[in-house]
Parts: sequence; C-alpha cells; structure tokens
Amino acid sequence: MTSLPQPLPGATKLGLVIDLDTCVGCHACAVNCKEWNTGGHHAPLPDHQPYGAEPDGVWFNRIHSYEAEAPGCGGRTVNFPRSCLHCEQPQCVTVCPTGASYKRAEDGIVLINTDICIGCKLCSWACPYGAREFDEDAGVMKKCTLCIDRIYNTALPEAEREPACVATCPSRARHFGDLGDPDSAVSKLVAARGGVELMPELGYRPTNRYLPPRKAQIATPPRETPMRAGTGVGSALLSLLDKVLSR
Amino acid sequence: MPKDSIEYDTPIGDQVAYTTCYMCACRCGIKVHLNDGKLRYIEGNRDHPVNRGVLCAKGSAGIMTALSPARLRKPLKRVGPRGAGEFVEIEWDEAMEIATSRLAHIRATNPNKLALFTGRDQSQSLTGYFAQMFGTMNFAAHGGFCSVNMAAAGLYSMGGAFWEFGEPDWDHAKLFLLFGVAEDHDSNPMKLGLAKLKERGAKIITINPVRTGYSAIADEFVGITPGTDGLFVLSLIHCLLEAGKIDTEFLVRYTNAHHLVIDAPGAPDHGLIARNKEGQPLAFDRTRRDVVSATAIDIDPALLGHFTLPDGRIAQPSFALLAARYTDPAFAPEQVAARCGIEAATIRRIAEEIAEIAFNQAISIDQPWTDSAGRAHKTMTGRPVAMHAMRGISAHSNGFHTCRAIHLLQMLLGAVDTPGSWRYKSPYPKSIPAGPPPGGAKRNENGSLTSAPLGFPTGPDDLLVDDQGEALRLDRAFSWAAPLGIHGLMHMAIAEAHAAGPEKIDTLFLFMANMAWNSAMNPSETTRMLTDQDADGQYRIPFVIYADAFFSETVPYADLVLPDTTYLERHDCISLLDRPIGSAHGPADAIRAPVLVPDRDVRPFQDVLIDLAGRLRLPNFVDQQGQKLYSSYADYMVRHERKPGLGPLAGFRGAAGDVPGRGAPNPEQLNKYIENHGFWQYHLPAEQLYYKHHNQAYLQTAKAMGFIDSDAPITLNLYSEILQKFRLAGEGHGTRVPPERLRASIVRFMDPLPIWYPPVEEALSDPVAFPLHAITQRPMAMYHSWGSQNAWLRQILSENRLYLHRSLAAKHGLVDEDWVQVTSRNGTLKCQVRLMDGLNPNTVWTWNAIGKRAGAWALAKDAPEARRGFLLNHLISEYLPASEAGHRASNSDPVTGQAAWFDLTVRLEKCAADTNPETEPSMPDLEAPFSLNHPIILRHGAPEPTA
Repeated sequence: MTSLPQPLPGATKLGLVIDLDTCVGCHACAVNCKEWNTGGHHAPLPDHQPYGAEPDGVWFNRIHSYEAEAPGCGGRTVNFPRSCLHCEQPQCVTVCPTGASYKRAEDGIVLINTDICIGCKLCSWACPYGAREFDEDAGVMKKCTLCIDRIYNTALPEAEREPACVATCPSRARHFGDLGDPDSAVSKLVAARGGVELMPELGYRPTNRYLPPRKAQIATPPRETPMRAGTGVGSALLSLLDKVLSR
Repeated sequence: MPKDSIEYDTPIGDQVAYTTCYMCACRCGIKVHLNDGKLRYIEGNRDHPVNRGVLCAKGSAGIMTALSPARLRKPLKRVGPRGAGEFVEIEWDEAMEIATSRLAHIRATNPNKLALFTGRDQSQSLTGYFAQMFGTMNFAAHGGFCSVNMAAAGLYSMGGAFWEFGEPDWDHAKLFLLFGVAEDHDSNPMKLGLAKLKERGAKIITINPVRTGYSAIADEFVGITPGTDGLFVLSLIHCLLEAGKIDTEFLVRYTNAHHLVIDAPGAPDHGLIARNKEGQPLAFDRTRRDVVSATAIDIDPALLGHFTLPDGRIAQPSFALLAARYTDPAFAPEQVAARCGIEAATIRRIAEEIAEIAFNQAISIDQPWTDSAGRAHKTMTGRPVAMHAMRGISAHSNGFHTCRAIHLLQMLLGAVDTPGSWRYKSPYPKSIPAGPPPGGAKRNENGSLTSAPLGFPTGPDDLLVDDQGEALRLDRAFSWAAPLGIHGLMHMAIAEAHAAGPEKIDTLFLFMANMAWNSAMNPSETTRMLTDQDADGQYRIPFVIYADAFFSETVPYADLVLPDTTYLERHDCISLLDRPIGSAHGPADAIRAPVLVPDRDVRPFQDVLIDLAGRLRLPNFVDQQGQKLYSSYADYMVRHERKPGLGPLAGFRGAAGDVPGRGAPNPEQLNKYIENHGFWQYHLPAEQLYYKHHNQAYLQTAKAMGFIDSDAPITLNLYSEILQKFRLAGEGHGTRVPPERLRASIVRFMDPLPIWYPPVEEALSDPVAFPLHAITQRPMAMYHSWGSQNAWLRQILSENRLYLHRSLAAKHGLVDEDWVQVTSRNGTLKCQVRLMDGLNPNTVWTWNAIGKRAGAWALAKDAPEARRGFLLNHLISEYLPASEAGHRASNSDPVTGQAAWFDLTVRLEKCAADTNPETEPSMPDLEAPFSLNHPIILRHGAPEPTA
C-alpha cells in the first residue's frame, strides 16, 4: 500500500473553493475541463459510443443538481460540481498497491502515475466522493490533476496559470489557491463565507471547500407605511401630483 | 517507485487565433489554440467585452462541433421524392447554376416569389440587403419565433430593448427582477452579472414558473402561472400608483406622460397626441395656466385633468389615462393573485421592496453631465432597480403588452438608463420608430425594394396589405394580423407557402433553420406540407433550397442543399447594422476570421450569397459593367458602404484606421481587427454613460458615429400613439381599415397603454379538457438542436423528461420515470415524467430541442435523443382553430406576430404498465446523404503514436 507524505506545518495545500451560492449549473467547468484534459497530462479522456445509444466518457468534473428545502424561501435548487477534493488523508492513495496513486508533498495535489497503475480500481472504491474516473480503453485510473499542466506551466502567461474550470466559470463560482495559507485569498473567502468541507465525519480531510448559499435581504426593510389594500385609492398619488414639477 | 513524468513547460499549441464563438447567439470572444493545424483548446478571450475570458459549456465544446459526423460534405441535388433523402453530390458550379437560373427567372417575373428565411443567423444585414436588392418582400430571420415581442415592445416604448439593446447595471443595481429567463440571452454576461449582484448582496427575484438555471440562485422564486406576468406587473404598478411611489420628475422630463391626448370618443383624432402647427406635442403648464409645447423646458406640466386646446378640443395628459386605468381595483393584488398563482401579500411586499430601493435607497454618482436641453447637472441620480426579461414573456401571445408593461414599470420608477437600473447598450437608444417602414410596396427601377423588407410601421399606411386589407407578405407580417411584425413570422412561412400553392411563391430559400423539426410548430404536419403535391404531381411548394452546415431534419426536404462551413472556418461580422455586441459602456462590434481550412467541399453561406448576388447581377453587388463588386464576404465587410462612411464594421475606419463609426473604408480593417483580437470597442466617457436618451454629449457622439440621424432627445413612449393610429383604423377611421373580421381584434389589441389578456390559444381552449400549461426551458449546455451532434454535450443531456410538480404527480399516481400521454388540442405525445418541487403546480415543462428524429444529425438510430427524447412541438400548431368563416388565424401575438410557443395547454394520462418504452410520435427514420463514420471510441487529444 502507498504511504502519504508527512504533513509539514504551513505546507502548501492547493485546492478549489466552489461557491454554491452562484453556481448556476451550466456545466462550463465540466466541459472546459474535458477539453483541456483530453489533451493534457492524462490525455486522452476517451468517449465510448460518442454518437451511439449509450454515450459515456471520462470526465474529471461532473455537475449534479438537487432540490433542497431551505427555511424561509420554500426550497432551493442547488447545483453541485463534483471533482477530486485533494484530501489530506486520501484513502485512494493509501489503498493503492503499486504507488501509482500518490499525494505530492510540495502542494498536496493527489495524482496518478498511469505508467504504473494496474487498473485494479481499489482507489475508486476507496474514494467516498466518486471523484476517480476509470479509462477502460487504456485500463488505467485517471482523475482531476488540478490542471497541474496549467498551474505551473511556464509557457502560459502568469494570469492563465489556473485550472481550466476556474478560468472558464461564467459565474465566477470557482476559486483556486493555497488553502494551507490562512492569509491567501481563498482561505479568507472560506473564512468570510463559512466554507465547509464535504462529509468531514469520514476523516479524509478534503482540501477543497464549498461555500454555502446566501440569501440577500433588502438591506433596510421598507420604511414607509406598508402598501395595504384600501388605503384610499389615489390620495397618495394625488398629493404627489400636486407638487410643482419642472421639466 | 518510478517517478511520474509531468511536463511543466509545454506550450498549449503552436498557433493561437482569436475569433468569435458561434456555439450559441451570445457572440463571446474566443482564443483558439491549434497544434499542427488541429484544434487543441478553445478558451474565452480575457479582453473581450462580452465574456471577459469566461466561456460556457457550449463554447468549450466547439472542437466537437467542428469534428461532428453530421457535417455536410458537398452540395447535394435531390434525385428521389422530396423527403426520401435521396441525393447525389454535385459540384459547386452546378449547384450555383441551378440556384442562379431559378432565381434569375423569379427576379425577371415576380421577385416576391422568392421567400428567403434564415435561422439564428448573425448576418441579417447582408441577407436582408440581398432580399432588398433582389426585390422580394418575403424575407425574415428567426426573430419572429424568438424575441420579436421583446424587440418591438422595447423599441416602440424606449428606443432600446432587453438583451441586445440593453442590460442591467450590474455594478450598481440593488434589486434585480428577472422575468421568464432560465438560461437565455445574454448567457455569459448574465452569469457574470448575477455573480456581481451576489457579491454586492443585491436581491435577485426571479419570476418564472420553473426554478432552474438562473432562478436556482435567486433569493426569491416567484413561481408564476405562465402567461400572467403582465397581470402581475400591472398589479405592482397599481400598488405603486396607490402609494404615490413614482418618479414624476423623470416622467415629465423624459417620457410623454405629460403630452396631451385628445379626448373625443368616436372622432378620428381620439387618442392622438395634440400638436401645435410645428408638430410639437402639447402639454398644460400649471404655472402659466396655458397649453404649451410639451418639449419646452422649465414648464410645470400637469399630469392629471382635462384641458381645452386652443382649437376647442378637449385633451388630457397621457398619464391621466394611465392612472385611471391601473388604479382600477381590478389590478389590486387581491384580484389578480389567484390567476397569477402568487399570493396577494407577496405582490404587495415586492411592490414595497421596489419602492424602498427606488426611492429610499436611490444612488447618486458624482458625475456632471449635460442634458439635451443644455442644462448642466452635477450628479447622476439612479433608481437601483434593474429588470431583465426574455423567453417566458416573449413566447406568449400577450408578450408584446406584457413586455410593454415591464417597460412602463421601469419608466414610472425612473429606472431607465440611470445608475443601478436597466441601461441602453450603445448604439441604442434609437429614435421611435427605430428606422424606416418596411419595404415591399414599391421598387426602384433597378428592381430593388425602396427600403429593407423588415422595418418599423408607424401607422396603417405603412402596412403591406392589398385592397381588401389582406397580407401581401407570405408570412402575414405587417398585415392587420401582425401590424408590428418587425421580425417577420418565420413559423408561418411553410404553412402559408403550402396553403397558397405555387401562386404565392416559387422558391423557399432557407438558411440554418431546422424548419422541418424543432423550429416547426407541429413537425409532422410541416413535413407533410413540404412533400405535398398537386393533382398534377407538382410540389405545392415548388422548390426548396437549404443552406446549412449539418445534416439536420430539414436537409431531406430540400431540392438543393448548399453546405455551409462551421464558425471556425469563415469570416463573419457582428455588425452594428444588425445585432451588435455593444454595451452600456460603448458600442462594439466583432469579426470571425477563419481559424481552420475546411477539410471538405463546403463554402461559407455568406460567400455563397454574395457570389449568387453577383451572378444575378443584383444592384450594389455588381458594378455598371455587371462585374462582381465583391470577391467574398470578407471583401464586402471591408468595402461595402450602406450610407457614405457607414459599413458593416464600425471600427478602424478611415485611411489610417483611426476613425470610429463613420469613415472611409480601410483596406487594412480586418487586419486591425485581428491585431485587436477580433473586436472593436469604443469606450464612452463617463459623462455619457447614463441618461443616453437625453444626454447631449452622448447623442452627439451617436450622431457623429452614424447610429442616429438626429441628436434630438428620445422621448420615451409611456403612451404609444403609433398603436392608437392602428386602433382608430380598427374603429373605421381613415382610408386604410382592417378587414371586417379583424376590426374588433385591432381595437382590442392595439391599445396605446399596456393591457393584459389571457394568452389567445389558452383562451380558446377548454380549461377542463386541457388544464395544464406546458412550456420548455433551454438547457444551459445546449443551443437548440445543435448540441446533440456534439460528442461531449450530448453526454450531459441526451434524453428529456416531462417535469411535474409533486402535487400534480400525486393526483395522477405518477412517480419518477413513469410514462404518460400528453394531449393538447393539436395532438398527443408519449414521454416519461420526473417530479420536482420548484415548479408552478399547474405547469409541466421539458428541455427544449433535445428530441431528435432517428437518423438525423448522424446519430445512431437507437440514440436516446430519438427513442426517449421528445419535442413539445408536436402538440403545437401554427394555426388557431378556424373561425366559422373558415379563416385560420396564426398562433401568434396579435400585435407582433411572435410565435406563441408557450400558450400551450395540455392534459396528462398515465400510460399502461406494458406501454412500449419509447417516446411518441415517432416519425420514419432518416438516412444521412453520406456514409456514416461512427467511431466506437473517441480518443480526442491522444498523443500521436511515435514512429
């Protein structure tokens, strides 16, 4: 089985912060991820029966939509993007018999070395988040690399060195950064918005965080006498119209 | 352990090109990476004013559309019966010769026998110009079944409109009302904007029967009954009037609220605006106690009361008519609540919240500006209530008036082009009307129409009708059945061509419109009409030319198929003459430049049309010797001038390429666009950013750039005198009056103030037999029928369900995945259901355009799109039930002719347990006109095997 690197205090923990308040469920992140990664580090991300009866391909990022009851507003539709959470205690790594599945000490990214992956799928059984994707064509496991071939890519302009899903998100619901640094923009965002980890009770200690939906209120409750029926139609209007106007 | 090898310095590709996306209508800028001439990666252009670097699912899947197996390969000539799909491939020379000889004969005999209808096209300034020069009035694009209600209501009320001609002030709005929009235009700008609102804690209220898409992230979901939005809005107006919460200063300065309307019931001038002999509208000045020009400044205009005009006629301010109408208790929330499916208390609270934000939380920007009367203002005051509306308003037969009601609400609040409100996107606002009347009545000596076939009627004299008052146009636009049919009625083209037979038209020329399937109301009837023959064996619609890039359901019904390229292989211009990409911050336009060379014998449609125009020797497409003026669309984009100095592209004009807007053609213009990453944008100075309708500096800029002919202020039409002119004709006044059967409807629907009425088809249907509303929603990852040929997008959605509220499902004993039969007055279909909570309980819905005809789009015949997908279209008809006299009115808004897709009402029945698990109706399978290449597995991006 594969061992994990010793966590160092203050170590870099790269990850994503996903805002469930603004995610509209448009699938932009999923498709742009597919587009980037099918030619990226884990190329290709094959598609079986692409024009047939049961089209089915490898995707590192999938979107689910749920309806949930929420007090005060009669329920809510929540869109939930799901990808690897780059856990601090990833059992997908510790169960790996060959060392193909590994966690990097320098930035916390969980990766797969497909050269030595034997396709036993133990890791996908161990991942409670369903984040691993088996490439049946190549017989190896693949997964989100946090766009490792973008975020450090010296051939890209600095502003573009972020995961494809973050760069493309039309509602800017995805953020990337170092969650190990309490002063990073993403850590501050998590603190300000009460970001949560998924299923903490399992103890995998995911790096990624989800920001819960907010509910905006009219900042100040209406100050005037409430508009109620039978207040004398026209009297308020008439007094308004009585005032001198200037064109 | 072997070390994983990761490359940290590999460039994305060996070539980068910038162009404009066309995976939907939003026209985002894209940065395309190629490797070895092949597409590697498409991302958003970070500098582009539309999308600012983001890109949606559709845009990100452009590679798979370029690689679609459904792409046509070569021109096709029909050899079997129409509809059988039997074609031979022909050379372009032969194809062009067939089209040219057919069209030359039509032009020499009766040019109106060519009907040119284009789909979700972005080159309407070219296609419309072609039709005008050809001399046919029978031209339109897809606007008639998309958003003409929004465009017409906006342009005739405010000189702008939602989406393309306006946008919310995302940076300042504090309250945002979103009507009838799930995922719709402007797709990426909407998402960017919603995120900005959320960031600032603004409240988003969505008024929509269905809680999906943008409605999912709204702070409040108002699950309205379809078709009642107008009633809801008029009830909000009732509350605001009752409470005196309106901006009277805004009304008298910028609208026609104070204009005096003649009050002489039965007289031919009743309801018209009183004018002095200079033609200026009149108002009553309370200070001077006199009737004065309403355009004068420093007057104190009356908004209520009756006044005697110098000539003795009686008149009252238009606002008085408005106030009398909407303060009526019939619009009280308690009266409309049940009909709208919204509690009265909710309507009252929303009205309170609007008033609170507009008047107690108004904002002021320290930005001096000068109004059109030359008065200097130190600040810009804003009413930070913004609104946006689209499909759910537009697709009802009461959509024009509903959209006008929303604009009325905006005007009453003073929330038009102010900080925090809805804003014009330059080059808008335009004057009211926004252009010349429709062409068609007259031709020049050279055979061209005297003006473009689509235009802006200002009264009965501008209609295209014969002596009996019947429509001259094939689609009934600009007739008494659709007086403001400014986008045409594309949904009527095939049905009316079939009904009239060859007397009406000879050739139906369609571009990029899937008129035999998801763009048809009732596809099985449409395909019957396309194949129907007279007794002598001639087709009722004699000849059909179809131009498209893909093997859609419409291809088999063409006699000649002209294969188009994809968006990555052609030039295009996103033109200010057509549908610009400007924003509130300034005008903008863009180009497409080829990124790929086609790997097959296909040609860009616009190049083909310009070639055809040259072969036909159409005016302004050939010189005096008859030689072609333009070698290609790219050449036309640079050198064509619609008026001196005004061409398809507004950027980089003049010999030095430094003149914006109006200037001499610049031979280097396209290179300038390419250097600027595909677009041009003009940044308006801060003093011109708001109050554009009355902002002196802005209006001068707009005039100088050629957007408007005059820099006179644009008075917003709270009251529409133009509508009243039609109404008077309905009452029998004037020389041009409607046919008897349409008089009552003209009087009813051409009301100068917004009205609400139940959607027309719904009102004709039996509410007991058909108790449920049925609508569609647009999936975020799909654009109409295009998405299903895309290997990636179809994995997101390849079959659709009918969504029901849980309470409705319980009534019918239905659970998820049960099969139901859905019946309307027009037909029946079978599909599966899924249950949800966030839905109006009397409404069912499904995703738009997922269902496909088996074999189309080069999908396997057992693809889920064909076997478990379905279209609601089968339940809709382009005609309403025939009148007693046998006349069939179109299923449209009676003002604009907008296709009333969402007026549909249905009933449900649970299918027996042993029902065949496939959707119905099922039309016969289609065969592709080429050999199919279906990979069992797609390994796009796999490293090339090393030798």
